[in-house]
Amino acid sequence: MNEFFIPRLGHTVWESVPRLGAATRLLLGGLGAVGNRHFSFRQWLREVYGLGVLSLALMIVAAFFTGMVLGFQGYYALVRFGATSALGTLIALSLLRELGPVLTALLFAGRAGSALTAEIGSMKATEQLAAMEMMAVNPLAWVVAPRLWGGIFAVPILCVIFDLVGIFGGYLVSVPVLGVDGGTFWGQMQSNVTLSGDILNGLLKALCFGLIVTWIAVWQGFSAKPTAEGVGAATTRSVVMASLAVLGLDFILTALLF
Amino acid sequence: MVEIRGLHFARGEHVVLDGIDLHVPRGAVIAVMGASGGGKTTLLNLVAGSLQGQRGQVLVAGKDTTSLSRAELYRLRQQMGMLFQHSALFTDLSAFENVAFPLRRHFRLPESLLQKLVLMKLEAVGLRGAAQLMPAELSGGMARRVALARAVIMDPLLILYDEPFTGLDPISVGIIASLIRRLNDALGASSIVVSHDVKETFAIADYGYILGGGKVIAEGSPDALRSSESPLAQQFLRGSPEGPVPFHYPAATTFAQDLGLQVNK
Repeated sequence: MNEFFIPRLGHTVWESVPRLGAATRLLLGGLGAVGNRHFSFRQWLREVYGLGVLSLALMIVAAFFTGMVLGFQGYYALVRFGATSALGTLIALSLLRELGPVLTALLFAGRAGSALTAEIGSMKATEQLAAMEMMAVNPLAWVVAPRLWGGIFAVPILCVIFDLVGIFGGYLVSVPVLGVDGGTFWGQMQSNVTLSGDILNGLLKALCFGLIVTWIAVWQGFSAKPTAEGVGAATTRSVVMASLAVLGLDFILTALLF
Repeated sequence: MVEIRGLHFARGEHVVLDGIDLHVPRGAVIAVMGASGGGKTTLLNLVAGSLQGQRGQVLVAGKDTTSLSRAELYRLRQQMGMLFQHSALFTDLSAFENVAFPLRRHFRLPESLLQKLVLMKLEAVGLRGAAQLMPAELSGGMARRVALARAVIMDPLLILYDEPFTGLDPISVGIIASLIRRLNDALGASSIVVSHDVKETFAIADYGYILGGGKVIAEGSPDALRSSESPLAQQFLRGSPEGPVPFHYPAATTFAQDLGLQVNK
């Protein structure tokens, strides 16, 4: 092993501690700024629209195809054991417990998270954040809080829509195409999917993913170098870090919740 | 209005400001000039409380910006306006909404009153007719004027200008210079103008400071500065490539060595 590896690793960790501290302060400050007089409900609604509603088309298309693929792959596995009656359950559980929250968060990081980072990074590069500070308007309340809460609110709703559209896509492949009985498809699903164990835990995952993806996106925007290159690099980092964070957090949450 | 005493500011090893003293009386337009990288914008940021010096005092309206809490600093900033070098308009808001922004955030005014106040400021900078245009539809000079209207919408006691003439055509430069003086006098405010533009800045300033090497190398009225004996001040005011500020950035090797015409020893 390279003799410099340990010192370099130590240096990297040491260097990242203040950054992590600053990012945590931004997160707590942003979440707590809801009570600030500069927090705007209208601004929050705009963010919910920008982050959530404008991501809908992407989510619906992705969910539809994911559900249909699950139908084919699930059928392929189950038909060998004569268990195609469990196909509805397999599709629903796969989506509700895992694919729905994770894919929603990954797509959200790519579509909305990158846009958030680029927007805030550009605001920094063009001195808009500094101007806000000079006008005695706290950017935590005006810029960070509506976006953080917008992301936390939007991702679980997007996840619900993803799950529903995915299950519908799975149904279209399973019942009309592969010939699985419709009553069995829905009946098995209804018997085996639980509200707290499957649906709510999946939504809790989505909530955590929404928080972490939006946090990373906002932080990367705020800490971006105020140049075109800096904003581009921050946007890339935002998507990469958010995607890895979602997958890592998914493992932890799965281990804890299921 | 502003009193700076023995201000020292460094970034790591690099000393940006080294014991600066500066006085801005009420009602005056003060020019701060000097070569690029001389710490002029840093000085504005220190006055605004965005940066904090390692030593010295920055008193604005009698309050030391280095010892204020965030809430106190925000209260003080409501009495300040700042025009940024690149205007810093909010790109998602119209010219009208940009100017209205500080009012909307700090006061709950009836819409009719707010409209009158904003239109008055836009009229003062000659852009009432452009109120509904978006920043992307404004020329550089127009954007600077909208930003100026926004900077003075709260009738500040102190207005800070960071390179207000940079990148503007001569007509816009003249308009902005005239507005700086007129708005300062109309509001009874004090202004600090950081600029490279000697002619236009001297035309509107009551007093000026020239920074060099982190220190004040010359100060006085524009006439006094023109006759300053400091070689650095004279080089800056005349725009001469020869003088204490070298044309060439220091290099470790000679030009001939870099070209391979001379063997390194």
